[in-house]
Amino acid sequence: MVNTIIEKLKIAPDIYRFEIKTPLVAKKFKAGQFVVLRPLSTSERIPLTIMCADKSKGTIILIVKAIGVSTIQLANLNVGDEIPDLLGPLGRPSEINFYGTVVIIGGGVGTAASFAVAEALKKAGNRIISIIGAKDRDFLILEEEFSRISDELFVLTDDGSYGKKGFVSEQLKELYHIGYKFDRVVAAGPLVMMQAVATITREHATPTIVSLNPIMVDGIGMCGGCRALVGEKIVFVCVDGPEFDAHQVDFESLMRRNNAYRDIESRKLHECRIDLQLKGDFRVE
Amino acid sequence: MPAQSPEERIKNFDEVNLGYSPEIAFEEAQRCLGCKDAPCSQSCPVHVKIPQFIAHIVERDLLAAMDSILEDNLLPAICGRVCPQENLCEMQCVLAKKRQPVAIGNLERFVADSTASLRSTREELVTKKLSGKKVALIGSGPASLACAGDLVRLGHQVTIYEALHTFGGVLIYGIPEFRLPKSIVEFEIKALQKLGVMFEKNVIIGKTITIDELMNENGFSAVFIGAGAGLPNFLGIPGEELIGIYTANELLTRVNLMKAYKQESITPLLSYEDKLVAVFGGGNTALDSARTALRMGAKKVYIIYRRTSEEMPARKEELIHAQEEGIEFIYLAAPIEFIGNKDGWLQAVRLQRMALGEPDSNGRRRPLPVSGSEFIHEIQMAVIAIGNGPNPILRNTPGLKFTKWHTVEVNQETLGTTLRGVFAGGDIVTGGATVISAMSAGRKAARSIHNYLMT
Repeated sequence: MVNTIIEKLKIAPDIYRFEIKTPLVAKKFKAGQFVVLRPLSTSERIPLTIMCADKSKGTIILIVKAIGVSTIQLANLNVGDEIPDLLGPLGRPSEINFYGTVVIIGGGVGTAASFAVAEALKKAGNRIISIIGAKDRDFLILEEEFSRISDELFVLTDDGSYGKKGFVSEQLKELYHIGYKFDRVVAAGPLVMMQAVATITREHATPTIVSLNPIMVDGIGMCGGCRALVGEKIVFVCVDGPEFDAHQVDFESLMRRNNAYRDIESRKLHECRIDLQLKGDFRVE
Repeated sequence: MPAQSPEERIKNFDEVNLGYSPEIAFEEAQRCLGCKDAPCSQSCPVHVKIPQFIAHIVERDLLAAMDSILEDNLLPAICGRVCPQENLCEMQCVLAKKRQPVAIGNLERFVADSTASLRSTREELVTKKLSGKKVALIGSGPASLACAGDLVRLGHQVTIYEALHTFGGVLIYGIPEFRLPKSIVEFEIKALQKLGVMFEKNVIIGKTITIDELMNENGFSAVFIGAGAGLPNFLGIPGEELIGIYTANELLTRVNLMKAYKQESITPLLSYEDKLVAVFGGGNTALDSARTALRMGAKKVYIIYRRTSEEMPARKEELIHAQEEGIEFIYLAAPIEFIGNKDGWLQAVRLQRMALGEPDSNGRRRPLPVSGSEFIHEIQMAVIAIGNGPNPILRNTPGLKFTKWHTVEVNQETLGTTLRGVFAGGDIVTGGATVISAMSAGRKAARSIHNYLMT
């Protein structure tokens, strides 16, 4: 199986959009699923949510933030390069039904993870209210894509440099406050953001789905590294998820587990003296 | 068997057993009585003609010995290392009644290793009549490798699909380098490739391609499911989500498959250096995990097991190796809670003393908790090695029936599943077992598949 990069765009500082030709994965992809890949044959296996797929072209779109050794290695690849190992589509597809009004919440690169679900829910006839946010103007991604599929779109930045100032969870709270009624909420982004969303929607008893992004190794249910506590039961995010009932997820333990490798990772980054070398021409949105 | 000294080997990942010199091998081979009824051979799951191959060693004809083994066992270098011979061929050796049995496993390994370079230069497959039939094998562990070897020799076109980025299944991600060097597995895969077996990595059947598509769109006439038992069991006690607790699969996958023991590896491993480590379980995987933790710099490694050494399913040789390396065994104790600090890092485990009661359905004495015997044992790292369930990915394949243990339901005679043309064998059918039993199932399935294709 050959996986070739056919387009690479820098869409924000350290954030890249890759279009990868991988026909079997593109053919099977359903919203909510992910791939595990290794940018070099010495890299870690990294999980990445598929943003969308073009079945006729046989391509998938991945949005990657270059923060660790392996994601930087990926960001250093260019058009025409082959990704030696790419496995997917993994995980259970998102439940796509007609619910009524659905709020889609995306924070940071999690915005990409929620896009496919938003698009599929729109196609299923739901009214889509999207709330997307980022640290500042530069880091905001996919506004255009979301405006295309949303009946209403709210854009926020933490510092107010673009859109409204504040967090996506605050926007959600405000919508409830002014009388919006929702049938379902779907959120993807930093754990602390998803936790805040879950806290708010629990008060209103709105069914809420979050897409979890734990540390993973194999991605096929073998190691248990991605385990989380959901409803006090151990689940494997790679095969039981990645989407779960937000009101059942133990976010605290997941946050601690996700931070467990932080020191090792920063040491590896330092040891490898790996830099993001920007090669080739690509557009900055 | 000559081995690296314990002091030396706990500092490296090189193979512990060094293998026989020709002198030792010839001497050992001469001990074989060449029993006509060959009880050793009868108890071998693949029925290697043991007295014959040993007789060839005595004649100093190692290639003939190798040819004899290869008729029944395609992976002798692997089986010579990881087979539980003490419960199979060597247990039935008539010499075992009075003295030491013939070291059949060591001899098998000796033959395989000393003929490896000769084998690689020989053209193994004289052009066979091709059947024109395609068979897809799911998973590249021992069941599929054995199945592939037989099917390709019977003239079928064989493709092995592997979900991971390296071929070999548990031989690669599970069994550590110090017990089974990965170069040996690679050698065997290359040998199969030379025979014409095709290998496709990064394809997960059931997700990337379905069984139905293999048969109806990709032109395969039969499918073999050898997906293994890779879904780790948990203890089901509070605190299993704490940081510092790995399943054996995660520790071994990070170290073996992702090479975390090498300085240049990018895959991180939580540090074992100067840590107190507890491994829960009593099988080979528990011992592999304990010895891996030791090699990663642990200060002290405990194996905590509910029963006693008598009931331990691990191989005796490995148990002795582990003891020599300074692993400490705490028997008749079971964990009831993991205790962490406020940041979620493991600090200790609460254990409970056990006593052995009446034998259970498997004949092993059942451990029973001793009330009021709880105590706290300080550890910073833990490994859960209490077995694996069958891989879950194919569970929603339409028409494919599973048992209540989530193993694939098969006809015991043919290994045929509830789907026509689809066969299964190895750990996906039996639950976690041995390399040799998986190979035996792979060969049995190959015979059934051949019959199915040719009628």
